[in-house]
Amino acid sequence: MGLKVDHLRICYRTLRGDVTAVDDVTFDIADGEIMGLAGESGCGKSTLGNSLIRMDVRMHQLGGRVELDGEELPISDAKAMRDFRFKQVSIVPQYAMSALNPTRRVGKMVSELLRSRGFDYKSALPELERRVKLVGLDADILRRYPIELSGGMKQRVVMIISTLLNPSLLIADEITSALDVSTQRAVGEMLLEFRDRNFVKTTMVITHDLSILAQVADTILIMYAGKLAEKASSDVVINSPLHPYTQLLISSLPEVGVRHDEKTLVGIPGRPPPLLNPPAGCRFRDRCPFAFDRCEAEPPFVEVKPGHSVACWLHADGVPPAGGAEPC
Amino acid sequence: MLTVENVTKVFKTGTFGGGSLPAVRGASFEIRPGEVTSLIGESGSGKSTLGKMILRLTPVTSGTITFEGTDIAGLKGKRLREYYRHVQGVFQDPFSSYNPVFRADRVFATIKRSYFPKVSSAEWHERVAASLESVGLNPVDVLDKFTHQLSGGQLQRILIARALLLDIKILVADEIISMIDASTRVDVLNLLANLKSRGLGVLFITHDLSLGNYISERTIILRRGVVVEMGATQKVFDNPQHDYTKLLLTAVPRLHKKWEAGLGPEQEAIGVGSEDGGRPGRYSRSSMHPLAAMHTRKGRRAQAAAAEFDTAAALVRTDTYLRTHEEVPPLVEIEEDHFVVTSAGAK
Repeated sequence: MGLKVDHLRICYRTLRGDVTAVDDVTFDIADGEIMGLAGESGCGKSTLGNSLIRMDVRMHQLGGRVELDGEELPISDAKAMRDFRFKQVSIVPQYAMSALNPTRRVGKMVSELLRSRGFDYKSALPELERRVKLVGLDADILRRYPIELSGGMKQRVVMIISTLLNPSLLIADEITSALDVSTQRAVGEMLLEFRDRNFVKTTMVITHDLSILAQVADTILIMYAGKLAEKASSDVVINSPLHPYTQLLISSLPEVGVRHDEKTLVGIPGRPPPLLNPPAGCRFRDRCPFAFDRCEAEPPFVEVKPGHSVACWLHADGVPPAGGAEPC
Repeated sequence: MLTVENVTKVFKTGTFGGGSLPAVRGASFEIRPGEVTSLIGESGSGKSTLGKMILRLTPVTSGTITFEGTDIAGLKGKRLREYYRHVQGVFQDPFSSYNPVFRADRVFATIKRSYFPKVSSAEWHERVAASLESVGLNPVDVLDKFTHQLSGGQLQRILIARALLLDIKILVADEIISMIDASTRVDVLNLLANLKSRGLGVLFITHDLSLGNYISERTIILRRGVVVEMGATQKVFDNPQHDYTKLLLTAVPRLHKKWEAGLGPEQEAIGVGSEDGGRPGRYSRSSMHPLAAMHTRKGRRAQAAAAEFDTAAALVRTDTYLRTHEEVPPLVEIEEDHFVVTSAGAK
């Protein structure tokens, strides 16, 4: 069943006009799948994640529908969504470090949360303690205040709380960005662990760090300026991406072992187009070294190989790549 | 050129300053001209504190920092300004380095006012333009713009251009690219690497080993305020000696190589059984990279947990030694330009 997002469009109403941050996005996540969502800041990845759980007052759904386990998610109806939040859809927010209430002990906070959802803390406690131990923390953490925990511990606590009711969909927004590498690894592996134990059915990991996704995600979805650029299994995206943006992005990442003296990496010149009145056609056109006349029309997001979809004219059906040269 | 010698920084903690927290302990190294030195450590390792002490933003508790033969601790007034003419810093968050009320190029005006009041404005404009071009910016794109109109990479490069207008010899770059988007990040890195060809010494402070490895000639690994390993980057990365360095390297997420599964039979060691239904193999590696294990537990329990890992045993020894001893164990040179702290169990 999983999650199905169909032609979803989300905009922010501003005084200067509508900013469509998520523009015609279609994808699905299967049960037991961890999907990574990557892109630069301002590409709409967090908007997409947030829209699936709680629409901000500035956010409006312009179209499309979202289905979770065969049931439609009423994402633009804040009240109706209340029945889904925490039970079926859950989020580990960006800056989870500040998501904990500083005036409550962790256990007290969890009990308040559970009560607000109509659950009993006492009966959930054994499971809570089991999960706390599972991620390598001591059970006495529930009697501590958030200030007594380190960043990585807070991140893990928030993740346990978010997944306590075994949601169908977990949205993990930038959960590793503020952490040290060793804690990053622990949190990343926790995602895998929770999936393996069926604590969560489908997971969406939002990050700008592709190397974390290479470690934990099954599939990777790349967004650029509010649109989907490429989606494939993580091995394919990392090793043989087709969209020029993905290719350039991956080739610009320094890896352990790459030295400036031996191999100078290059970034992508320019910056993403503004989402207020975005240009027509392919939005990556201005920065793309392979741009050609067809790019003035908007490329469709099509499946070029089984499980591999790209929005690029170079790879659109029946169109030979420009100049016959395959970008590498 | 700039030498840090046996520098210690102790912060007072607690309501009446009763507690003390040693942030940096007995750090000694030098920043040489024409080299990028990376200072790598996790949060709380004292890497930023070291950068701040070099920039005289916070005083040292003991030890000396000398720049071209003069101790910087005593600099005042005019001489301090001269010091800043040569030593400048760029920090993590480009958006908070600027005042958003003013245009971004105001940083150049403030430099002119303090350091070059006599330069004519025509000549100044030329210098600014040349400096901007040298950091890969087109002056037309960035001058007369407000901060929100510029990207993080552009703002960060403007700050570097500002530093270059001075007669700068040392640049302290504290996590300068962690807030920049991946697509432009490497351009700023390349810029830093190019600065060294001008004879600049760069202190590149980062938590990201791959970035440090990419641009630096020399690497310093900090753990809890102590330099545990330092030397030529290639030697440190290809032949890490201290367990901490080794463990850090295993935790780095890589694009083309998965984290190595299972670090040994450690899952029982930290008291989390596999009896409750999970896949044992996955579970063991999931919860505990030794470093993360040590992060979540404190004091003796952390040691007890970590001592069970073969790989971390020596690290625990170092930590214990540091906790129980005032002085820092000396660094030994195990090969040319490669130093490791002694009680680390180096072979």
